[in-house]
Amino acid sequence: MNCSAFKRSPLLRATAATMLACATLLSAAQAATPTELLGGYTALAGSAPVPARGQEFFTKTHGKEWSCSSCHGAVPIQTGKHASTGKPIAALAPAFNAERFTDKAKTEKWFRRNCNDVVGRECTPSEKADLLSWLITLKP
Amino acid sequence: MSRTTPTLLHRVLIGLLASTGLAHSAMAEGNGRTIPLLPLYQQECAACHVAYSPTLMPAASWTHIMNNLPTHFGTDASLDPATLKEISGWVNAHAGTYKRVSEMPPQDRITRTVWFERKHREVSAATWKLPAVKSAANCAACHTQADKGDFNEHNIRIPR
Repeated sequence: MNCSAFKRSPLLRATAATMLACATLLSAAQAATPTELLGGYTALAGSAPVPARGQEFFTKTHGKEWSCSSCHGAVPIQTGKHASTGKPIAALAPAFNAERFTDKAKTEKWFRRNCNDVVGRECTPSEKADLLSWLITLKP
Repeated sequence: MSRTTPTLLHRVLIGLLASTGLAHSAMAEGNGRTIPLLPLYQQECAACHVAYSPTLMPAASWTHIMNNLPTHFGTDASLDPATLKEISGWVNAHAGTYKRVSEMPPQDRITRTVWFERKHREVSAATWKLPAVKSAANCAACHTQADKGDFNEHNIRIPR
């Protein structure tokens, strides 16, 4: 490609700059990292997350039949199993599954559903922050 | 270049096929009809269970299921309105219309259809209770290729 075309044409330069800006914005809107999501929940909670509290929340039941562990395993670093359908569930801890907690909408959808199943209500930002902070501590 | 290495073109083609729902791995088989799965159906519904073919129940059963996702067989499977609308339209468009599935099975369960019960009548009660099976909804416990929409009897392996 002849780059001197860009130097000569302000229109080309402007178009290229706009395309780059759009691409950056688009990827920023869809993608996230587990740390970024944790930052968001922590800000909403207004206090620092406690990983140990997240582990306890994950492992114990909350007045209903299932705990998070029922499907994900006590320490979700390997494939779990859906408690009613038996379908395999890929590891939840981000260090063991690079896809986890990289999409804000997907993360929110599963928190909504699963908290409803396990706790009977939506989880609070503080509960989400505790849980995610614990999952992030799990390393190979 | 090695013949087994996928080229960029291959990857692009596979991506296109997958995005249009025509990839071989995303098919559903039901009573002799094989239909390509809507990728969104695969993504949202097959996250928790086998992508059951919409052809196996009448539209009235699917409508009832799709209208009650927050209480879906004991779990919250709620969707955002746009996704709900797209998947509902697709399952209804592909729902069973022929005589064998014209009746709504009890509790909207494919496993309670006359067809399912007849096909599985030789499976013993003990087999259904095996820890590896547990639920009749767990197709993949015995139908080893169920995730690919293949329920051919040659691919059945009943766990012990």
